[in-house]
Amino acid sequence: MHIVKLLVRNAFRHRLRTFLTVVGVTIAILAFGLLRTVVSAWYAGVEASSASRLITRNAISLVFMLPFSYNEKIRQVEGVGTVSYGNWFGGIYISEKNFFPNFAVEPKTYLELYPEFIIPPDQKGAFIRDRKGVVAGRKIVEKFGWRLGDTITLKGTIFPGNWEFTLRGIYRGKDKTTDETQFFFNWEYLNESVRKMMPARADTVGFYIIGLKSPDLASEVASDIDGTFRNSLAETLTETERSFQMGFVSMTEAIVIAIQLVSFVIIIIIMAVVANTMAMTARERFVEYSVFKTLGFGKWHIAGLIFGESFFITMTGCAAGILLTFPVAKVFAAELSTYFPIFNVSGETIVLDVGAALLVGFIAGLIPTCRAINIRIADGLRRIG
Amino acid sequence: MNIPLSYSFRNLLTRRLTTVLTASGMALVVFVFASVLMLAEGLRKTLVDTGSHDNAVVIRKAAVSEVQSGIDRLQASVVETQPEVASGPDGTPLLAKELVVLINLQRRGSTKPAQVVIRGISEKSLFLRPQVKLTEGRMPHPGSSEIIAGSSISRRFKGGGLNETLRFAMRDWKVVGIFDAGNTSFNSEIWGDADMMMQSFRRNAYSSVIFKLRSTAEFSAVKERIESDPRLTLEAKREPKYYADQSEMMAKFLRILGMTLTIIFSLGAIIGAMITMYAAVANRTQEIGTLRALGFRRRNILIAFLVESLLLGLIGGCTGLFFASFLQLFTVSTLNFQTFSELAFSFTLTAEITYKGMLFSLIMGFVGGVLPAVRASRMNIVDALRAV
Repeated sequence: MHIVKLLVRNAFRHRLRTFLTVVGVTIAILAFGLLRTVVSAWYAGVEASSASRLITRNAISLVFMLPFSYNEKIRQVEGVGTVSYGNWFGGIYISEKNFFPNFAVEPKTYLELYPEFIIPPDQKGAFIRDRKGVVAGRKIVEKFGWRLGDTITLKGTIFPGNWEFTLRGIYRGKDKTTDETQFFFNWEYLNESVRKMMPARADTVGFYIIGLKSPDLASEVASDIDGTFRNSLAETLTETERSFQMGFVSMTEAIVIAIQLVSFVIIIIIMAVVANTMAMTARERFVEYSVFKTLGFGKWHIAGLIFGESFFITMTGCAAGILLTFPVAKVFAAELSTYFPIFNVSGETIVLDVGAALLVGFIAGLIPTCRAINIRIADGLRRIG
Repeated sequence: MNIPLSYSFRNLLTRRLTTVLTASGMALVVFVFASVLMLAEGLRKTLVDTGSHDNAVVIRKAAVSEVQSGIDRLQASVVETQPEVASGPDGTPLLAKELVVLINLQRRGSTKPAQVVIRGISEKSLFLRPQVKLTEGRMPHPGSSEIIAGSSISRRFKGGGLNETLRFAMRDWKVVGIFDAGNTSFNSEIWGDADMMMQSFRRNAYSSVIFKLRSTAEFSAVKERIESDPRLTLEAKREPKYYADQSEMMAKFLRILGMTLTIIFSLGAIIGAMITMYAAVANRTQEIGTLRALGFRRRNILIAFLVESLLLGLIGGCTGLFFASFLQLFTVSTLNFQTFSELAFSFTLTAEITYKGMLFSLIMGFVGGVLPAVRASRMNIVDALRAV
């Protein structure tokens, strides 16, 4: 018990210094936690994707379309359950700043394939019946203050013109990992307008979404589908939703790696700060340590004193940092919802926070401890700080 | 009389471990600060070099990039007849109708695909972009399945080297030349004959029309005419503006990330400097008393400690910038969210960034040192001398 008392008293001997160090650790842990959250937000699309869904698209690249006639052929492939299809619409709501993903999809099958989008049955019915109807996620509905029945106009970038939609449904996510910023409307509406304006582009589909009868069949079904269309004018590339999403993430890998590196750099910076504090603290107390040694206390006792203080400082800062992470992450989530639809602090991040704080505490205490243990009593007593 | 500079310097030398730790904390902050600025500068430089102020890009209205755009042959020829289009020495208009599509290619030594821009070019395309130079091989013959690849493509993608073949659009394309486009994003593109490409990709429309202005002042006139012509659904932009619009999101992202990180990091480093300087003052109470007794004034003491803290900042700043300068060897390639194509740019160090980094480091040193220095200068001579 005495030793704990001594530790706390020691830590508060230089109130200002301890306070500053704790604030430093708090800031570092806060920043580390936020950066890790940014990284996991990057992978949120991958995490939320299901292994029992396949995405089929044009093998050349995403900007090329597939004929609508593939729908029936894909349905005939063994192991395929539900088939839905859609186009990336790329519409802009008022200004480019208000980005949210918007698709034209086949309404019935799409909602069937995405059970994580929860939508009241009456709204679902209204959406399927209304050709100009649209379903939007809770987050964007709240952001723009839409209400059911409102007319929403998007400016098309890929399909020119102003497009009017009527909000027929608002979906909620099944859990926190579901993207609640999507906006999807009836593919027929798009196709009919395209047929009138630019007939050459009508009856084409950007991607097919395939619900499998069993997730184990994924690789066979994917190669069967691609085999069906080999050597045709529009060859297909079929992969699981997860690897499709992963493809996007891996293209932006450089940024993810940079953020990860930076999150480690901040830990190194704070390590330097805490190590500095501990080095100064220990240097001032060499006389005391020598007195301890003279009284017969062993090496481990002195090591315990220094490490104990180091851990006390880092863990206090860590606790404060973790507590602050949640409100700050909330502000970030609201500000950056355009970039990151999902921004949740995960349990893993907290564990990493604590791990980083322990590591900093340990390394910061290491050099002062070695010095304090190895110094000869006479030298220690003679020493001037 | 001032306290000599060597007093402050030697004090730093005496407490070597503390000095190194504090300065390296600051160095890391300056490193991150400089690297973010360098990245933003690299992106800006790539864009500025890519576009020329005298060139105009015409794309379909509301399309953000050439990839989304489509201009049919009729509309393209209407643009061609605008009087503001400059003519070449042979009297033909300096105008190129181009096709831009994205394809997936595999990197060398990896199975991960990346999106690469394929550009179908016209006769004048090269002339409109003087920064693009053929370094090896020859130009592709019109109407043949021959292509030339940007230097960064030939290095990094399978089948992109000279005399190798790439397969896309159900056809094998032979690489007959390599071009270098300096700092610009053309380096990550593949070029071939536009009409041949339209045939193979089964597209009936060009993506963009690029032309040189007869006189740079006439841009607003031609822009207005093109945008109000009822036959056309197009819009015209100056080339640099067009490229800047495309990477607006990326630039904004870098800015937000950079500023957030720098603020957080500098708080950490200032705290580090403050701790060090407070300790330096506390350890030297007697010394300060002696200096005062010798006749140095409060102001001299204040300056001596501030100089010590500024020296810490200076060491940190120099170290940080030294390491940051090595970043210039790296190129960052990432996906541009707005165009879905690869965007490559390198860290660029300019005199302004060096100056900003140094200033930032000195400010950190100053802010960290000012409170401790004030405390040191306020000490009472008798109390200070009596302190144990």
